[in-house]
Amino acid sequence: MQASAEQVAISVRDLVVGFGDQVVLDHLSLDVRRGEILGLVGASGGGKSVLLRTIIGLIPKRQGRIEIMGMELEKATLQDMRSFGRRWGILYQQGALFSSLTVRQNVQFPMRENLEISLPLLDELATAKLEMVGLSPDDGDKFPAELSGGMTKRVALARALALDPEIVFLDEPTSGLDPIAAGDFDVLIRTLRQTFGLTVFMVTHDLDSLHTVCDRVAALADGKVVAVGPIANLLASEHPWVKSYFYGERARIRAHAVH
Amino acid sequence: MGSKPVLSSTIAGERLELAAVGSWTAVYSDLLERLVDPDTLPVSNIRRVAIDMTRVQELDTLGAWLLERLIRRSRDRGQEAEFVGLPEHYRGLIDQVHEVNRRAPSSRARANRLIAGLDSVGRAAAELKTDLIAFLDMLGALSGVIARVLVRPRTFRLTSAVHHMNRVGWQALPIMLLITFLIGGIIAQQGIFHFSKFGAETYVVDMVGILVLREFGVLIVSIMVAGRSGSAYTAELGSMKMREEIDALRTMGFDPVEVLILPRVLALVCALPILTFFGSMAALYGGGLVAWLYGGMSPSIFVARLREVISVTHFEVGMIKAPFMALVIGIIACSEGLLVKGSAESLGLRTTTSVVKSIFLVIVLDGVFAIFFASIGM
Repeated sequence: MQASAEQVAISVRDLVVGFGDQVVLDHLSLDVRRGEILGLVGASGGGKSVLLRTIIGLIPKRQGRIEIMGMELEKATLQDMRSFGRRWGILYQQGALFSSLTVRQNVQFPMRENLEISLPLLDELATAKLEMVGLSPDDGDKFPAELSGGMTKRVALARALALDPEIVFLDEPTSGLDPIAAGDFDVLIRTLRQTFGLTVFMVTHDLDSLHTVCDRVAALADGKVVAVGPIANLLASEHPWVKSYFYGERARIRAHAVH
Repeated sequence: MGSKPVLSSTIAGERLELAAVGSWTAVYSDLLERLVDPDTLPVSNIRRVAIDMTRVQELDTLGAWLLERLIRRSRDRGQEAEFVGLPEHYRGLIDQVHEVNRRAPSSRARANRLIAGLDSVGRAAAELKTDLIAFLDMLGALSGVIARVLVRPRTFRLTSAVHHMNRVGWQALPIMLLITFLIGGIIAQQGIFHFSKFGAETYVVDMVGILVLREFGVLIVSIMVAGRSGSAYTAELGSMKMREEIDALRTMGFDPVEVLILPRVLALVCALPILTFFGSMAALYGGGLVAWLYGGMSPSIFVARLREVISVTHFEVGMIKAPFMALVIGIIACSEGLLVKGSAESLGLRTTTSVVKSIFLVIVLDGVFAIFFASIGM
């Protein structure tokens, strides 16, 4: 099934990425459709983050073609890069907040650079974003070093969403969160998708997230996408790694707990 | 990308009807804010405000918040205000912005300028005391660890110490040699230039010898080491502190002073005298070379004169100072490193403070030594 170019937000074709002698991604192809939430699963150290970082242009590729919203990143000029910066938001695994800025300034940073709005409005918008991700306005004056892990993730998400981007990349958004917070995060992502028509590319290990928010799930093994589709399709997959991922000890315990 | 946003208003009796049209997104941020200035709206006689959303093409948080703000202001004036014709897919967003900014963040009170200025002076003065305590604290901790290591020599981390000696000693040697060589040459050149006016060129050897061996050899090398290795120590320990590596060590039952700081300081204490020795030799060599090429003094005369005027005492004075300089640099660098907090800015600040402080203290210490040696007649 080949989606038409209109509907594809991110298209990866024949991607090869490696470091030295080691090939991490081996002729990998993947499409992310507009407006969907795609979850990417894979073994730890199996190249999930490498794929994400290659798509957003942080790691050079050896071969292949990556198009984001119909544009190839490597052909982009500086001008295009700025416009990309406005159209996507990235949640890094460790938050990557600017440690010398307060939480509010972190969220305001992309707005301040890209929008022409007054300072009071800038403050109101930043507070609005913080409240949307479930933080209190008083957290705005804290510095990143004073935040807990979960709060860091929320602030990072608020910053990623500061400009209402079309695509958000989330690198393990719920890792390190308690199940309630993780559930809230899933709801939040779904609400945002609904309101903004957001395309979400999410690297995750959270089986609950995969079940509840992801429209489709892609499984990465041996440097390739071995299965992609709605979670039901993956559960039915015969690939040994995918089987052990979804039917391993922990997944079974979880299934028992649910039923 | 949609068309430019427009907000048209019609007044029907007591009812103000606003219609939002076009693209209400951040792309038109400058336009939108002026468009939705609540103060420009007609106020008198209006009882109800309705915002018609049917012709909005695009909406994002910025647009939604501006409209929400408009509605809130109207309600504050006692008017009834509501959205009409809201497309279903924007309902979630409108509901979300409806919830936010309900409570103003508690603002931190801003102090009077004069008081703030006095406050910072006072804090800086008080900090001198904490700095001194931190220095003594580190010195004490280090002495304690040294005593422990002397009792049980096997706990000493030799590998680490050798590694650091390689870094701060061996790898620093080329640049130290180059700098001191140049300094020696410059002193000789200046001496020859000025002394030749009254025919006292031979005294250049005295000047170069005494100055280099007593003062400049150790001083230049210490300042270079503070900038080169002290800053590296602060940055290393600081980033370890930031990434909780030091906490990890501590909870595993290791003393960071023993594991991290003792090898570093000891490496510096061993390396600095060696660097000083080679630095001084390079400076004398540079001085001799300049005296020969620029002043026409043959190397044999230079060496003979050097033997005549320089006693071992001059050399000793310089060398005795070196380990103390190293100790000061090491302790300052390490204690500053441990003071780093979570932010990148504080790492930069501490590294700068470490270098500035250790250079300052090296010079002060040199002055103290000068007085001391003068009074004991060395």
